[in-house]
Amino acid sequence: MATFEYAPAPESRAVVDIKPSYGLFINGEFTDSQGGSAFKSINPSSEEVLAEITSASDADVDRAVAAARRAYNGAWGRMSGADRGKYLFRIARILQERAREFAVLESLDNGKPIKESRDVDVPLAAAHFFYHAGWADKLDYAGLGTNPRPHGVVGQVIPWNFPILMLAWKIAPALATGNTVVLKPAETTPLTALLFAEVVQQADLPPGVVNIITGAGATGQAIVDHPDIDKLAFTGSTGVGKMIARSIAGTRKKATLELGGKAANIVFDDAPLDQAVEGIVNGIFFNQGHVCCAGSRLLVQESIADEVEKRLKRRLQTLRVGDPLDKNTDVGAINSKAQLDRIVELTAAGEAEGAERWDNGCELPSKGFWFRPTVFTGVSQGHRIAQEEIFGPVLSVLTFRTPHEAVAKANNTPYGLSAGIWTEKGSRILWMADQLRAGVVWANTFNKFDPTSPFGGYKESGYGREGGRHGLAAYVTTGDSK
Amino acid sequence: MRKTYKLYIGGKFPRSESGRSYEVVDSRGRFLANAAQGSRKDARDAVVAARGAFGGWAGATAYNRGQVLYRVAEVMEGRRDQFVAEVRASEGVTERRAETIVSEAIDRWVWYAGWTDKLAQILGGLNPVAGPYFDISAPEPTGVVAVLAPQGSSLLGLVSVLAPVVCSGNTAVVLTSERRPLPAVTLSEALATSDVPGGVINLITGRTAEVAPWLASHRDVNAIDLTGAADAEGVSWGDLELAAAENLKRVLRPAGEGSDAVEPDWSRTPDLARVTAFLETKTVWHPKGR
Repeated sequence: MATFEYAPAPESRAVVDIKPSYGLFINGEFTDSQGGSAFKSINPSSEEVLAEITSASDADVDRAVAAARRAYNGAWGRMSGADRGKYLFRIARILQERAREFAVLESLDNGKPIKESRDVDVPLAAAHFFYHAGWADKLDYAGLGTNPRPHGVVGQVIPWNFPILMLAWKIAPALATGNTVVLKPAETTPLTALLFAEVVQQADLPPGVVNIITGAGATGQAIVDHPDIDKLAFTGSTGVGKMIARSIAGTRKKATLELGGKAANIVFDDAPLDQAVEGIVNGIFFNQGHVCCAGSRLLVQESIADEVEKRLKRRLQTLRVGDPLDKNTDVGAINSKAQLDRIVELTAAGEAEGAERWDNGCELPSKGFWFRPTVFTGVSQGHRIAQEEIFGPVLSVLTFRTPHEAVAKANNTPYGLSAGIWTEKGSRILWMADQLRAGVVWANTFNKFDPTSPFGGYKESGYGREGGRHGLAAYVTTGDSK
Repeated sequence: MRKTYKLYIGGKFPRSESGRSYEVVDSRGRFLANAAQGSRKDARDAVVAARGAFGGWAGATAYNRGQVLYRVAEVMEGRRDQFVAEVRASEGVTERRAETIVSEAIDRWVWYAGWTDKLAQILGGLNPVAGPYFDISAPEPTGVVAVLAPQGSSLLGLVSVLAPVVCSGNTAVVLTSERRPLPAVTLSEALATSDVPGGVINLITGRTAEVAPWLASHRDVNAIDLTGAADAEGVSWGDLELAAAENLKRVLRPAGEGSDAVEPDWSRTPDLARVTAFLETKTVWHPKGR
């Protein structure tokens, strides 16, 4: 049968104006670094240099924290919740107005497909500001305790997989509750955070309420260690999360940590198979698998394992890998060379340990960082690919016979972020959901997010929740004041 | 008649595997008893017992947990005189004050027993997401919780840190007050003769500074309450929190400012903070459709 080829459908870059170099956003304006160095942010799909970025020094971190403290003690701290909320509503609106610009820039800097940045990341980021805006003058009703009030200055360090969305997850609840922030985006994806600084200016937010400083691990560590930071919010690897927990041990700094995962996506023999296959694909290949809650372990009931495998491979051959700015692209570029190397290493370990490797054989662009959608079958629980977070488009398939066995295998990692269940049987869904030690359980769906819905992990997937009433709790202190 | 004081692990009363005991004296330094001096191995055994009991306790209905915990208060009431005598001797308070403390401790236990079947309604709820999904969040216990009981308040303080841990379905390994362990031993006898399943609550008497680090670093302990680090001899709560980072334990820090730790005023009405410190939130999504 003849197949129809897709014509290229590239989104225009013309909507975005990228500056050759960026300073730091401190106290409401862009400033040069004091003693910091510079590094480059590149487009992972072409390796083209997009801009030169500042690596903030300790002195810069000091300045940013001082600006945040002044704003907290000043205009922002004195403002009513209703007025704070108006600023957040305004930010949400500006994000919507400039949505296309943010989406294109996100895809350029991160490598994710435009259809995801356009339809998921940016709309959800705006929704987070909109949701939290309404909380700003209603904190007494949130059920968090008596006299809810902000911590003060919050240090926030976010990852490269959802740059603008993670920024919104962090900044919106912090501001709604009356804190001021110093935020550091990841070194490979700083551009949308720097564009957000312009939104902050357009919204007329008082200087110092939001400070954005760029850099790598050392800059993040300087934020974590800064004595005038009251609370930390981090999303990233479990390894770094543990370092942060150690850094603040014995201090009175508060922290929320959203860390790694190794989610089980569990498919029973009575599941609607076509929907389940779509859910499996969405679970692991959404955002190139650069998702902490990705369904990276497929647990399929033995009786339908062959059928699911067959349908899955057939479906994966239709995935379009390539130019992130093409509206037909399903899977974009791996975010960085370092991340690609890690995926290559872990998949090599999968083969070496005896699992069977299959990929969809698609053509990959000659430049940039790419990895074909890959499936490992014959995986056993001890394999590294079944235990370690790969953070890439790689699915490990395991089988089970009984619901109890599925639960035991699903819970058999140090992580506990998310899980999926596919079955037509309602009572089994509810029983499974009770048994799974995971913060988010998607039943007959996967990778759904919403500002009203708490997100976060059990065990070594970190502590605290983001979103909903529960997410607010991390940004306030309650009870009698001293 | 003087009695022999033992540990309480897995619903049984073993001596310390180390064979050690230590002298417990009253507030004026007079000999009261020899208490078992728990060891690292005893702590590990207690964690095994607590882990074994977790599934059943967390999985019990909230109504059932509430009744079981209320029953503990009933049994405590039956041992009121013994508690009063031990609190009086341990804390050096008057008979009248000891009576008040025991009453408050029993009331506190009842207060937490009543929370079991209300937590999910207060702390959970339906999330109005922007899409055709049923999306619900509910609290769940975090797992095995290690508790450093307060050093000063030997019964009211102990109940105030233990009851909030177990009412939500966690299981507990408690290091009791080092110098005032006797009310805790009597509480364990109340627990053993109530309906609390073996292993749900484990009490270890001994040196806080010796045993606490093993619990803080234990990979199968999910959370630790450092309240009792205040006034504990040779204990730095910062070091314990550092060890707890190894598996990202949930840590409840002791009250106080900076690195100082102080024992809270246990006579004040509690809020839910001690309960929520050891809860996770689980969110379940399901599509809606025809």
